[in-house]
Amino acid sequence: MIQTESLTKKFGDILAVDRLTLEVAEGEVFGFLGPNGAGKTTTVRMLTSLIAPTSGSAVVNGFKVGVQDQEIRRTVGILTETPGMYDNLSAEFNLLVYANLYEVEDPKRQVEKYLKLLGLWERRMDEAGSFSKGMRQKLAIARALLHEPRLLFLDEPTAGLDPEAARLVRDAIEELRKQGRTIFLCTHNLDEADRLCDRIGVFKTRLLVVDSPANLRTRLFGRKVVFHLASVDESLAEIVRQMPFVKQAQVVDNKLVVSVDEPEAHNPDLVRALVGAGAQIQFVGELRRSLEDVYLQLVKSN
Amino acid sequence: MKKIRIIIQKEWAEVFKNRLIISTIIFMPLLFSALPLIILGFMPGDDGSVDAQLTTELPDQFAQYCGEELTASECYKVFMVNQFMLLFMMTPLIIPVNIAAYSIVGEKTTRSLEPLLATPITTAELLAGKNLAAAIPAVLGSWLGFFVFLGGTLILSGSPQVVRALMDPMWWLAIFVAGPLLAILSVNFSIMVSSRVNDPRVAEQLSAVVILPILGLFFGQISGLLLINSRLILIMALLLALVDIALIYVAVRIFQREVILTRWK
Repeated sequence: MIQTESLTKKFGDILAVDRLTLEVAEGEVFGFLGPNGAGKTTTVRMLTSLIAPTSGSAVVNGFKVGVQDQEIRRTVGILTETPGMYDNLSAEFNLLVYANLYEVEDPKRQVEKYLKLLGLWERRMDEAGSFSKGMRQKLAIARALLHEPRLLFLDEPTAGLDPEAARLVRDAIEELRKQGRTIFLCTHNLDEADRLCDRIGVFKTRLLVVDSPANLRTRLFGRKVVFHLASVDESLAEIVRQMPFVKQAQVVDNKLVVSVDEPEAHNPDLVRALVGAGAQIQFVGELRRSLEDVYLQLVKSN
Repeated sequence: MKKIRIIIQKEWAEVFKNRLIISTIIFMPLLFSALPLIILGFMPGDDGSVDAQLTTELPDQFAQYCGEELTASECYKVFMVNQFMLLFMMTPLIIPVNIAAYSIVGEKTTRSLEPLLATPITTAELLAGKNLAAAIPAVLGSWLGFFVFLGGTLILSGSPQVVRALMDPMWWLAIFVAGPLLAILSVNFSIMVSSRVNDPRVAEQLSAVVILPILGLFFGQISGLLLINSRLILIMALLLALVDIALIYVAVRIFQREVILTRWK
């Protein structure tokens, strides 16, 4: 759905996007993470043919950016960073304007469909300006979907929303994912990215890393097994360190934290060795790093 | 064309919720029609005793222009109402300033331009929609004012000859050619100003500069420094057409998607 090759954008002397090479497959939910000013919105604007790249190339939905811009605009949906609704106009009129601009076959029916789907039908005649932030965001999502795009760009869809509204929007995104739409999701919310995205690209002017959330954790921090013990001392850690597959073993409070590549394969041996050494195991689990740890590690190191 | 129509509908739906704009569109043409009519109402009737005195007050060029078809009193009335013709040319200048300022700056403040530009609408369609949405009410308003004025003149002057004089090509050129050209000038000037400011009121105030040349002509005329005639209006219309072409070119250059998204702050 999206292929970019050394996509670059400069504003004067400022390098906003540096040689972005990326592929997003059909049906994938791709998370685009990065700090403020990293160039995420600029990337989305280039991929939706709103601004032209300085160099490099991109193909979106099979259309070339900078060459087939009208086709790209016709076939992608975009939720911009701010909803940008016409506050003095009703929710229905707002959507009708866009349905007509996207040349939707039956604008009224399509508007009705999405107002109902997103729970806004009862408020359709109310001015968009009277809506809560969450409702405005849902209205903006409805606007992005009117022409049934298979590829959606969502720029910070839950930014500034209270937890309840954010949940509503996330549920809407989850629903889109189930429908098999390809979603390019720019977000600051790492928990959201973790839950929704198949793959994540961490971006700070250039693409730092791309992988699934699980693989990113493993790549950066490895996998760690935690043994909660009745009592623990260094001798137990030393026994474990002697095992060939153990990379590292540390005593932390009453826990023994062991780094291994494949816990599923090696945990039985570890348990056997510890029990043999007289340890009383209360609980075994995997130390799960948050995506926030992964993100901060990557951004800091770059 | 369909997309242009959609933009016009959207603009009108938004703009006509603003009471200030509605009152400007309604009251300005009426006010500019009422002013000359009030003066006409207070002018002496067609009484032979005052004819000689009135004729001496008319500029020579104008007296010749009246010919023999009009009495001196009628000629004087035509002269007086002609002094206010430029008011009808201010309507298509002032109304679009109001509409365009709210239309463009409003889009900036609500950040609604980005989703709009992300649709398959072309820059030309968007600009044409915004231009027409601001220009049409102004032109229709000025035409409405003119027809109210014609009707009022017939009633108050009691002379079909005076009304016939207002059917002069100069008036038709001014109202039906120069008027729309002035509206286009006003809209495009407002678009340029609006691209640099963030407050509709500031945009309105700055854009109002566009009426200064017409005001200059107006005061030049009532002070007797110049006499507005068909030739002057024709030259003005030709100049306006050239200026409009230049302004449309500049407005289109300013109204580039990338410029709007990255520099319109």
